[in-house]
Amino acid sequence: MSKKPFSFRDFFGFGRKEGNALNESPASSCGSGSGCGGGSCPSTPPPQEGGALHRPANRREALGFLGLGAATVAAAVGGGCGKDDPLTEMKFAEYFKKNYRLMTEEERRETVRRIEILTEAATHRKVHVKDTAAQPGVRFGYAFNISRCKGYGECIEACVKENNQDRGTNMQYIRIFEVDKGQFSPEHGKTEYIHEVGAPGKFYMGTQCFQCGNPPCTKVCPVGATWQEPDGLVVVDYNWCIGCRYCEAACPYWARRFNWQEPQVPAADINPNQHYLGNRLRRQGAMEKCTWCIARSRDGRQPACAEACPTGARVFGNILDPDSEISYILKNKKVFRLKEDLGTEPHFWYYMD
Amino acid sequence: MQKPLHFLRDCFTAATRGGPSFYLWAGFLSLLILIGAWAYTLQLRHGLIVTGLNDHVSWGLYISNFTFLVGLAAGAVMLVMPAYVLKDLDFSRAVLIGEGIAVGALIMCLCFVTADMGSPQNAWHLIPKIGYFNWPNSMLTWDVIVLNGYLALNIFVPAYILWSHWNGRHPNKKLYVPLMFVSVFWACSIHMVTAFLYASLVARPFWHTALLGPRFLASAFAGGPAFILITLLLIHKFSSYKIGSELFRKLALIVTIAAQANLIMLGSEAFVEFYFPSHHGISARYLFFGYQGHDALVPWIWTGIGLNILGTLLLTVHLTRRREGWRTLACALIFIGIWIEKGMGLIIPGFIPSPLGEIVEYHPSTPEILVTIGIWALGLLIMTLLIRAALSIELGHARAPGAATKLPDDH
Repeated sequence: MSKKPFSFRDFFGFGRKEGNALNESPASSCGSGSGCGGGSCPSTPPPQEGGALHRPANRREALGFLGLGAATVAAAVGGGCGKDDPLTEMKFAEYFKKNYRLMTEEERRETVRRIEILTEAATHRKVHVKDTAAQPGVRFGYAFNISRCKGYGECIEACVKENNQDRGTNMQYIRIFEVDKGQFSPEHGKTEYIHEVGAPGKFYMGTQCFQCGNPPCTKVCPVGATWQEPDGLVVVDYNWCIGCRYCEAACPYWARRFNWQEPQVPAADINPNQHYLGNRLRRQGAMEKCTWCIARSRDGRQPACAEACPTGARVFGNILDPDSEISYILKNKKVFRLKEDLGTEPHFWYYMD
Repeated sequence: MQKPLHFLRDCFTAATRGGPSFYLWAGFLSLLILIGAWAYTLQLRHGLIVTGLNDHVSWGLYISNFTFLVGLAAGAVMLVMPAYVLKDLDFSRAVLIGEGIAVGALIMCLCFVTADMGSPQNAWHLIPKIGYFNWPNSMLTWDVIVLNGYLALNIFVPAYILWSHWNGRHPNKKLYVPLMFVSVFWACSIHMVTAFLYASLVARPFWHTALLGPRFLASAFAGGPAFILITLLLIHKFSSYKIGSELFRKLALIVTIAAQANLIMLGSEAFVEFYFPSHHGISARYLFFGYQGHDALVPWIWTGIGLNILGTLLLTVHLTRRREGWRTLACALIFIGIWIEKGMGLIIPGFIPSPLGEIVEYHPSTPEILVTIGIWALGLLIMTLLIRAALSIELGHARAPGAATKLPDDH
């Protein structure tokens, strides 16, 4: 945790700058008065790839629309450091923007553009934030083959990288439970096992967000910051979330994660292919969750976990498409879901060969 | 416009001028508030990571205190109801004090919820029209409505009564008695809605019981009046505002009956959980006896239950209930017992084990405890100031220029 005096400007996201290792480069920040306003500064210095990898993540460089330190980028987008600083204006606009669901197409385009610029200013990484909408005729579903999974955990690693999760608290969406044969529930399993996997007498069961057909988490949100999209994905508007964590208490599958601190993602590790409702960089005090990689799945790609699985235990697809693999499994295999008695209608099925 | 300002100034003066013991008390509370505020800046700066909370136990000390204090606020109805619905004159002398306590408790509730929020800067998202108020789906929005409504009732009705007395006249009963009736139902609703906040979660079997709401009410009507009784005793001893012994007798009876009902429901829950222990009872097993070697809450909950049983026994036996010393002790035991049982004893086990069976225990951190103490100090300070202002008008010390010190006989 970096030591800095508390500032309301920073807290509300209008803080202008603070030096950090990355930004104390040739073009120093506004406050130090080295006069880099008016576009006179060199453009964004190249990210220090090698260095950034080996340094512990710094919460300033990691993310944060708080206290941006990059006067250089301010210059790059054609501004100075004064009150009319376009970055400050953008942060202002970001703070006062609407709930995503109430935005017009135009407003969505604007916020996406602002986020791209602000992210670049904070991290020196060019990112692309999409706002791809759900496609008609698509309802995503997921099937997990418990006779195939060997507990390698490749899915977990791929997920963390794809979704820009906080490395500081080691946040993970996916849990792989090692369960003794003869039992049949993750409750009897363990998620921490340090031995060669595919262990005899054990089987492995993965959990993540099941994108329930009747999600208890979205119903309880007092500000409507989380909802279900027409293609079934349950998403969070990170800017709109007030951080009450009622949804986290309401989820029967423990699928939600909270940003207890400013998320730390080393700049070099940021996945630049982002979606507004998915893996864009988050902030301290907001809830997040697995979206079956909305940035990929809405482009017709597999989620990172399904792609990374070396055993083929994970099958993802459109259950409304009768020719999809997931439809085949639902039609021809014996499947089951967790906690069916709750009526949550998970769209995540387990099956066996 | 001059007169209301004069009224407010008189109230402020009465609330803030006092003897050395008052300044010592107010100074002590202010110090705790400042320490709490400092601890809160740590949380604002670094995030909720400075608390003992995590993704497994995502609500803790703050929400525990919030839940308990809703009960304390609702407890004030046990003065309003007898005074206005049953027209019991003994109670009407204490109603204003009860409402002062309710206001302090409600402000503490709002502070605790705010302290628990990860993004308090986004609180404006809750404002209907400007933000997005997910009513009627989210029970939290219901809670926002009932808590703020109850706060408004408990500010405006006493303010109107005091304003009338300050002017040397009786308040218009047609104006405020209907509101008193509303506040009786409203008090029950704040606690039922708060119970539904938890009871509505299918993910948490420990809370998912229809008994939660009624049990909240019973414990509120025991803990609230117990606190009021102790406060009234302090006022009786240390101020010139005297309270009849009848009122203490009747209040103690209310506490007794509510505490007995609370214990019956506790027994009923324990029976269902333990007669045939099922998967749904693991949280209760963790709470009362420990589970798989994890037993952080076991001494805590048994202390609470011990205090509740002892306090209820002392009140049930006529001999001890009628003695001031024993009665006050019993009320203190019940107040602390319910704070334990309905605070951490209710909230934490809801998260242990997690819905997927993992066990992570919770211990509040130092900043979290300091913020909690600070909010309690703030609430107690508000109660002190409000009660002092009210009593100075009730005693006839503060009056509008030219107004009669003694009110005309009621008709």
